[in-house]
Amino acid sequence: MKNPRLQRAMVTAASSVLAVFVALAISAIILLITGKDPVKAYSTLFGAAGESRVLQGMANRATPLMISAAAVAIGFKMNLFNIGVEGQMRVALLTTAVVGAAVDLPPVLHVAFCLVVAMTAGALWAGIAGWLKVKRNVNEVISTIMLNFIALSLVAWAFDDFFRVESPTESLLVKTKELPTSAWFPDLVDRRLNGMFIVAILLLILFWVVVWKTKFGFRLRASGGNSGAARATGVNPKKMILISMLLSGAIAGLVGMRALLGDVHAYQNNLAEQQGFNGIAVALLGRNHPLGIFFSALLFGFLGEASGKLQLEDIPKEITTIMSGIIVLAVVIINEAVKRWDNRRIQRKATAEIEAEVKS
Amino acid sequence: MSEAGALAVELSGITKRFPGVVANYNVSLRVRPGTIHAVVGENGAGKSTLMKTLYGMHQPDEGSIAVNGRGITFKSPTDAIAAGIGMVHQHFKLADNLSILENIILGNEPVGRRGRIDSEAAKTRLTELAASLGVSFDVDDLVGTLGVGERQRVEILKVLYRGAQILILDEPTAVLVPQEVEELFATLKRLVAEGRTVIFISHKLDEVLRYCDEITVMRQGTTVATTTPSQVDRRGLAELMVGSDLPDPSGRETPIGSEVVLAVSDLSVAGAAAGAKLALEDISLSVRLGEIVGVAGVEGNGQFELCEAILGLMPLESGRVEIAGRDLTGVETRERITSGLSYIPFDRHREGLLLDAPLWENTMLGREDEPTLTSGPFIGRRKAEADAREIIRRFGVRTPSEQVPAFALSGGNQQKLVVGREMATNPMILLAAHPTRGVDVGAQAAIWEELRHARDHGLGVLLISADLEELIGLSDRIVVMFDGRVTAELDPRRATPELLGTYMTGEIQDREAAR
Ligand SMILES: Nc1ncnc2c1ncn2[C@@H]1O[C@H](COP(=O)(O)OP(=O)(O)OP(=O)(O)O)[C@@H](O)[C@H]1O
Ligand SMILES: [Mg+2]
Repeated sequence: MKNPRLQRAMVTAASSVLAVFVALAISAIILLITGKDPVKAYSTLFGAAGESRVLQGMANRATPLMISAAAVAIGFKMNLFNIGVEGQMRVALLTTAVVGAAVDLPPVLHVAFCLVVAMTAGALWAGIAGWLKVKRNVNEVISTIMLNFIALSLVAWAFDDFFRVESPTESLLVKTKELPTSAWFPDLVDRRLNGMFIVAILLLILFWVVVWKTKFGFRLRASGGNSGAARATGVNPKKMILISMLLSGAIAGLVGMRALLGDVHAYQNNLAEQQGFNGIAVALLGRNHPLGIFFSALLFGFLGEASGKLQLEDIPKEITTIMSGIIVLAVVIINEAVKRWDNRRIQRKATAEIEAEVKS
Repeated sequence: MSEAGALAVELSGITKRFPGVVANYNVSLRVRPGTIHAVVGENGAGKSTLMKTLYGMHQPDEGSIAVNGRGITFKSPTDAIAAGIGMVHQHFKLADNLSILENIILGNEPVGRRGRIDSEAAKTRLTELAASLGVSFDVDDLVGTLGVGERQRVEILKVLYRGAQILILDEPTAVLVPQEVEELFATLKRLVAEGRTVIFISHKLDEVLRYCDEITVMRQGTTVATTTPSQVDRRGLAELMVGSDLPDPSGRETPIGSEVVLAVSDLSVAGAAAGAKLALEDISLSVRLGEIVGVAGVEGNGQFELCEAILGLMPLESGRVEIAGRDLTGVETRERITSGLSYIPFDRHREGLLLDAPLWENTMLGREDEPTLTSGPFIGRRKAEADAREIIRRFGVRTPSEQVPAFALSGGNQQKLVVGREMATNPMILLAAHPTRGVDVGAQAAIWEELRHARDHGLGVLLISADLEELIGLSDRIVVMFDGRVTAELDPRRATPELLGTYMTGEIQDREAAR
């Protein structure tokens, strides 16, 4: 392998894989301490990987994670930490549920319309944080956290007071008016894997092309890398902040669409809950790279899907939640260690090459 | 502590490699205590690398270090500081948003009762130290508000505060005007008289010959000679460094055009703090086709604001900026750049480079709209790489390839890359702030040649420089800036560094008298 870029990418990937294994080991110890058999737990867990319905469920769960991780990662490229994906998603969910149910459109168009509404709503909500940062220099971490709280309460209130309708059949569940079938996003595998999975993959590809291959992406990375240099060469930093916040928010708006358009077809409390937050962990494990995000999302999706199996073996399924947490911690620590080791590796290699040159 | 007659620093057989480069090979350096010892050499000769080794920032692959006659290994700068070594880096490492005091005690805070920082004690000590150096400032000022000369003084104070007996200064004078250089050396002489030792890196051979006790010359990673100012002259030293004689600067043969390419009229810009005085006050100046207009001034007298205002990076209080007869006041920076404006920034790290990005991305920065580097909305990677290779070749940037990240280049080579990028666009006007800052004598001559060549083909240059020889040698006209105003206009044929100096410090401010 001659290509140094490829080598670095491999090392990066390897460090994330290592983090996962370390997390598995630590979780095994936790299982032992609590008197459970880790071998049995893991063989149950990973034995599930052979079942096609588990794999379908994994992909289905991974869908919103890929999207929300992409929303987080695009901010990261600009050194912006958008913690507000959850809130942006929530605002987009209710808006889309209400607006989507109020219009009458032919099938494909209706879905597209809903996606556009969701992106617009998410972008506008994230735009508030962008605007605050540009105009008032408010740190986006703080503003997006606050906006999360506001979004949650605002949406809950709007839902309760204006948009909820009693469901005639399931009388305990309150929802918004159901979307007409023209706005439903079709399943790839009936009731198991929704077509939004394809949208999420297309989004990741688009993300890669835009950030690494276009002029716009270059400016984005330049502003994130050295805002002073970007500014001096005519990249308006405020404009970039605003644009990347809007983009991040637009993507965040799509996070809940699998649940809304592909599953429940109406807004209800708890719909797609936590999916915005989980994207942060996925982006971290995936190193803000589309390919990394893809695999991390699948991993988290798998852990979520297979955890149900553990209960059958009398092992608390929460162990997978603990595992996810440990993975994130391990990633942070191992990344740093591997980076140092890799620098030394390159150094040694260069030394050897030079020595060989001198001798010949 | 030190044995009588022992060397303050002795480095023997030091070898240090980076990916694809041997930065130091079998280097030896012997520094006697109580002296100012200069280390000179071309860009990329390995000076900074050697000093970083001595300061424990990285470990040598081979070789040994002895301080005050005792062999020692440094795992980190902390060890070096404990051994009495202090370093002021080529690129300053101060935090703008902290005060002078905070910057100095950072990482070394005096702890008082109940674990709280005892800033009073620190303040007293610092004020004493500053006084003994013959400098004075309010230690509560923010570092962000200081000029370069003062920042450097802060760096030196920081090093002394930590008890350094051996000071390493990496190109301290690159950023200073002659008066400040003199002040600096007065300070250094004082330190040496007190028994400290100074290791001093510079590309300015005159000051090396004037102020230093001994000189070690480095070439291509190794030490080639050790000499003293009495044994060698400027020319001889340059030959030792470069390995050959330098070309003599050629005079101007082409006429200056009549068309005005850059016109700035009645420009005023507000000061940094609310209610402060104007940073720029009623500045008017023009640059004609094929003319180099030099701007002399102590840094911090409005030169930076002038460039920012011309680039449209700073809001104007009043006035207008015209390029080639077109009024660009209020127009976006990017559009000014595409209409022929180019900028070599004051500080290559802050404003010039993406340090973690490969060189080819760096040479593309600010030029992503050039059709020769792109295809539609996409980056043309192949084209950009070829373009980077061309810049590297033309400006003699020493690097293994265009794929290495910018941080792996030596300071002078980074500077060459930035200059190359800004001249590659064939601009109409170049705002050149210290274009040869940190560049060795050979490369300096090459950059001057490029500037002269471009000027002969119609480039208008606004040249801001702390190097008065450079200003006088290149400029067709020199204006002096003091306190945010243009205070004089001089003919370089009649100007001397001494005369310029008196204007720059504000001793004479009569615009007319200068004509
Ligand atoms: N971190 C690094 N990684 C790879 N190569 C490096 C690194 N630091 C320095 N080099 C290389 O080592 C060589 C010596 O660099 P060094 O910074 O010591 O030069 P210098 O003598 O200080 O030059 P200048 O006068 O331009 O500051 C250069 O070829 C440079 O590209
Ligand atoms: Mg250097």
